[in-house]
Amino acid sequence: MPPRGRASRKGHRMSAVAAAGPADAGVPGGTPSDLVLEARDLTLRFGGVTSLDGVSLRQRRGEILAVIGPNGAGKTSLFNCFTGAYRPQQGSVTFWRTSRRPARIVGRSPHAITHLGIARTFQNIRLFPALSALENVQIGTEVRQRYGSLSAVLGLPGARRQERAGVSRAFELLDLVGLSRRAHDLASSLSHGEQRRLEIARALGTGPRLLLLDEPAAGTNPAEKRALEALIRRIAGGGVSVLLIEHDMRLVMSVATTVVVLNFGRVIAHGTPAQVQRDPAVVEAYLGVETGVDAGGEVR
Amino acid sequence: MLTPARLRQLWVCLALGVLAAVVTGPGGDSAHPFRALRRSVVDPRIGIFIGLAVGLWVLLIAVARLRPLLAEVTAAARARRPVAAALGGPHATTGLNAVLLAAAIVAPLLVSTAAQQSMVNDIGIYALLALGLNVVVGYAGLLDLGYIAFFAIGAYVTAYFSSSSAMPWHAPFVINPFFVFPIALLIAALAGVILGAPTLRLRGDYLAIVTLGFGEIIQLLANNSDEVTNGSRGVFGVPHLSVDLPGIHYRWGIDPLPYYYLLLGIVVVVMIAFGRLERSRIGRAWAAIREDEIAAEATGVPTLRMKLLAFAIGASVSGFAGVLLATKQFFNPQSFSLQSSFLVVAIVIFGGMGSRLGAVTGAVVLQGLAFYLRDKVPPTDRYIYFGAVIVVMMIFRPQGLVPSRRRRREIELAGTTAGASDQLGAAPIGRTIT
Amino acid sequence: MGFADQFWQLTVDGLMVGSLYAVIALGYTLVYGVLQLINFAHSEVFMLGAFGGLFAARGLLPGGATPSGPASVGLVAAGLAVGAACGAAAAFILERVAYRPLRRRSAPRLAYLISAIGASLFAVNLAGKEFGRQNVPVPDLFTNGTLFHVFGAQVSTQTVVVLGAAVVMLVLLDRLVARTRLGQGIRAVAQDADTAVLMGVNVERVIILTFVIGGLLAGAGGFLYAMTFNASYNMGFVPGVKAFTAAVLGGIGNVRGAMLGGILLGLVESYGGYVFQASYKDVIAFLVLVGILMVRPSGLLGVRLGRAA
Ligand SMILES: Nc1ncnc2c1ncn2[C@@H]1O[C@H](COP(=O)(O)OP(=O)(O)OP(=O)(O)O)[C@@H](O)[C@H]1O
Ligand SMILES: [Mg+2]
Repeated sequence: MPPRGRASRKGHRMSAVAAAGPADAGVPGGTPSDLVLEARDLTLRFGGVTSLDGVSLRQRRGEILAVIGPNGAGKTSLFNCFTGAYRPQQGSVTFWRTSRRPARIVGRSPHAITHLGIARTFQNIRLFPALSALENVQIGTEVRQRYGSLSAVLGLPGARRQERAGVSRAFELLDLVGLSRRAHDLASSLSHGEQRRLEIARALGTGPRLLLLDEPAAGTNPAEKRALEALIRRIAGGGVSVLLIEHDMRLVMSVATTVVVLNFGRVIAHGTPAQVQRDPAVVEAYLGVETGVDAGGEVR
Repeated sequence: MLTPARLRQLWVCLALGVLAAVVTGPGGDSAHPFRALRRSVVDPRIGIFIGLAVGLWVLLIAVARLRPLLAEVTAAARARRPVAAALGGPHATTGLNAVLLAAAIVAPLLVSTAAQQSMVNDIGIYALLALGLNVVVGYAGLLDLGYIAFFAIGAYVTAYFSSSSAMPWHAPFVINPFFVFPIALLIAALAGVILGAPTLRLRGDYLAIVTLGFGEIIQLLANNSDEVTNGSRGVFGVPHLSVDLPGIHYRWGIDPLPYYYLLLGIVVVVMIAFGRLERSRIGRAWAAIREDEIAAEATGVPTLRMKLLAFAIGASVSGFAGVLLATKQFFNPQSFSLQSSFLVVAIVIFGGMGSRLGAVTGAVVLQGLAFYLRDKVPPTDRYIYFGAVIVVMMIFRPQGLVPSRRRRREIELAGTTAGASDQLGAAPIGRTIT
Repeated sequence: MGFADQFWQLTVDGLMVGSLYAVIALGYTLVYGVLQLINFAHSEVFMLGAFGGLFAARGLLPGGATPSGPASVGLVAAGLAVGAACGAAAAFILERVAYRPLRRRSAPRLAYLISAIGASLFAVNLAGKEFGRQNVPVPDLFTNGTLFHVFGAQVSTQTVVVLGAAVVMLVLLDRLVARTRLGQGIRAVAQDADTAVLMGVNVERVIILTFVIGGLLAGAGGFLYAMTFNASYNMGFVPGVKAFTAAVLGGIGNVRGAMLGGILLGLVESYGGYVFQASYKDVIAFLVLVGILMVRPSGLLGVRLGRAA
């Protein structure tokens, strides 16, 4: 455990950053917000384990926000709270699909949140292994389609048109992540790196405004990491905000606009990559005392 | 060489042989509990079974010896056709379907009337039931053990609406059974939703138990409410199906043949319909739920609603089949016993979960065998074999006789992937999601 | 006579039935604890145990008059022992045949469920074939009569025997899970099988023993049930579903929960059967099941075997 005093001091600084933001955040129908996501005071406990302890953070539209922290810091738990997989005991999460339409996230089911426009990938890849790559992405692209079982059975023109649209969108996305040649292969037959990219394509298929990536570079080779970096930039350039958990510091430093550092379920630092890198609290969290974070190394 | 492992295998084979001797041997009664056992074991017949057991053992050894060779051959064959091509060309499939359909059309003309009756009552109706349950078990991965209850609902609804004398309880008006089809379908689907909505949220094995109880209760109610359903005496005299349209007047009668062709038509239509469903976004959503429910939710699949949909579709097919049963003039609560539910499950498992052709094949083979052995095996004893078929299939060929492509791949991958989770394996309470 | 007059009698009867449900429910709960599976064929283990116990008692019964004194005690004990042994053997074989091959293949849950149903179907109907499909006559092992009164309710020898034996079994099992090494193993596997392996617990052994313990209880319980009610090849189904309800009511996977659930269900059924109609007793149990699943699926005492044992 880090000394309590330090953690709360940093927590305080975090709220100072928050106070500088627009005051209308979270008020439905207020002036447009430039935020896409805001978490306030999230606390999540499992029996005796507190995996999130009063976490607050904000992400601006179009921003690539990275969440870093040592193993067990609570990063994945945070994602699970944002996507409805876990329900925090305390705190709120607000998501703006468009700048004027805030929605409360806590208490909604995961699929409803996906429909609102938050999509995710999993740290331990969770594809549909016995379906083809194309079908995996199709399931994503089809969730917003409207045709029901009866039109499917009758083969009504509307259903067919939507189905074709879903397929061609899925192909576009496979192309985007560089998997179009493997469209008809089983998801389970893809390499680790390809599976990670397929997960991203599937998530993008659901038409998100915010994409949560949980360690997308884990277990990939350097060439794949470079491609991933470009991919994340393209996604963000296309108007989808990206929230990224990553242990690979080089990737984080080069791609993220803002970095939030978690340790023991608390935000211990927040700022630009450069600021965070110099922060002694961050250094301590990662390395005990030692020198700065080596921007090249994978800190685990 | 007789390694200990081989010897153990021999013992297992012999035990199976003796078990087979007991199962096929004479029956007994509780006054002399071990007489039947003794008679089936201490009997010259046992020689045959021991011989078979030893033969099986030798076969197993031979297969084990040849396995490396076999593996090479199959690997070579697999390498030649990648997954995408493995479906067999569309022409091959169409051709096969045409041959099967032709066989189904000709078959009843070659057999006795008794066999025709069985082809309607035992095979046709059960094929339809199995197709419906296949949506629930095969597509959505849910186990519905009270499936036959919806069959009962369909039958009693038909009696209620289409006859004023079949049951004490009847509608103030009488309608042609043909118009009862949609009504029964809707009521059965509604019953499915009412039963499923609260239970589908829970783990899948709870659903199995709740549906089991539901099936029992429906039968209990049908049996005990004499003043409503005629109780155990059953329902007699629902009119046969008939078409009365300008220009077309046709009445199905006691002759099984017209019923057979009607059923065949319905089965073919249902197979086509469910094939389309399977290949649509709905079928893909079901596959997603089966493979990884958490990932499916995260991808925006409304899992609860999709499961409910499968459940309702299955129920409505069962209700639909119930109408057909009712118009065959007579039924009683015995037709809706728990065992019948298990029989439908056995058919689906045997044929292959998720496989439409499998469901029909399962009905043809299992029910056909039952008919063929009707003089040798008492009807109640059939369930010993059905039970054994279920266990054996689950152990040795979980994908079934005519596997569906998706299911087979899922089973092949089950041992190797981390995320393989069946609907019933939905995250136990407090399971970490990463 | 009103409900109030009958209250104590119904309570005594309910306690007796409930203690039997509790004994059977433990089998569901233990297996659920270690495998997270509902052992569908447990009701057949119960039935086979009952048959074994009955046949043994009948075989030992000296023809003629109903025995008394030490002879009765000996016969009941023999029936219980043989019933338990048969139940254990059935559960062991069941695990070997219907579960283990699937575990080797890491099959999906649905497969276990289906395989267990197949095994159950097989066992019921084979028993029906071997021993006939009529009720099995149950010998009188002691003279049944009113022993004493509690609040005006008659307590028969039958009740004392059943309740006594059941309570002894419940206490023994509770001790076993809470105190012994095996119990520790069971709790460890229930909490987290993967970690248990790392801690040196032999998971396969624990699983087999769990089945066997469940079988012992179900077999002995089956014998008691048969003496009280009746015995037939399909006697397992109804008490099986009810015991399962009891397990869910108490919190499936929770040993004391199963005991509590069994007793409560027995009482509810006893009162309910009087207030409504005896033939709808089974419906009451089912409604309890659906109700509890909707309102509190984790049961009264919560789900975890590991924590709440
Ligand atoms: N379902 C759960 N039950 C119990 N504890 C949990 C659960 N989910 C997470 N935790 C605990 O919460 C803490 C944070 O876990 P989390 O997975 O969020 O860490 P993380 O930052 O993603 O770590 P990593 O870098 O290893 O992925 C850990 O101590 C973990 O054990
Ligand atoms: Mg993580």
